[in-house]
Amino acid sequence: MSAFSLGGLVFYLVAAVTIISAAGVAFSRNIVYSAFSLLGTFMGVAGLYVLLAADFVAVIQVLIYVGGILVLMIFAVMLTHRITDPRISNRSVGRLPGLVVVGCVAGVMAKAILTTRWHAATPGTPVPTTYAIGNAFLGDYILPFELASVVLLAALIGAVVLSRKELKEE
Amino acid sequence: MSIGLPHYLIVSLVLFALGLYCVLTRRNAIGILMGVELILNSANVNYLAFSRFSSGHYDGQVFAIFVIMLAAAEAAIGLAIVLGIYQNFHTIDVEAAETLRG
Repeated sequence: MSAFSLGGLVFYLVAAVTIISAAGVAFSRNIVYSAFSLLGTFMGVAGLYVLLAADFVAVIQVLIYVGGILVLMIFAVMLTHRITDPRISNRSVGRLPGLVVVGCVAGVMAKAILTTRWHAATPGTPVPTTYAIGNAFLGDYILPFELASVVLLAALIGAVVLSRKELKEE
Repeated sequence: MSIGLPHYLIVSLVLFALGLYCVLTRRNAIGILMGVELILNSANVNYLAFSRFSSGHYDGQVFAIFVIMLAAAEAAIGLAIVLGIYQNFHTIDVEAAETLRG
């Protein structure tokens, strides 16, 4: 198979979108630009999920990350950010030590990835995964599934308690 | 050369590195939360890549869905805490919120 097959081209395109947007998140000086770059990253990662034949997870990614978490983040940015204030809103400190630490960690992991002989099976044709995932949730993973619902309930109540205004009675 | 497992792992590694850089250097609390989201996404790409190149199990996809679920809970709580910090300190710079420093 040539390097420029259609699948390869799509993969490199999606990966480029993902990584360039992630670089925007990490290096932008304006928190609003970072938030909107995050949109490109989440959509790019959803594209990678589609390429990995995970249709259900890709849809969940778009629904929860783009539709939920990103909207929440932009709300938080708008509530805590004075638009009229022209200062750099997303400053970074310690860029050089940060780059050194990240370079060391990434170097070790890249060496591990590139030198390991992966026993990768040849992937079969993509099939719809919803049926199997639903069975897994209500079969082998029933206890973590129920625990996750309890965690979500606790998080919901915790967020309400944390963000409400205290009404002091006289 | 077709697209194999290492390609996806390298993309996920770059995402992880950018997220770690974000967490280490940002001083805006929302910026740090964005870095955490990048790291969680890179972990998910790894889960799905290993799931795809294994022998037809769906465990990786199930784990990825759990990670997305907990990321949603983490974002809700984290942003509520950020709003609390903003109400008390009128900034979300994490260096301003150091009242507990000894």
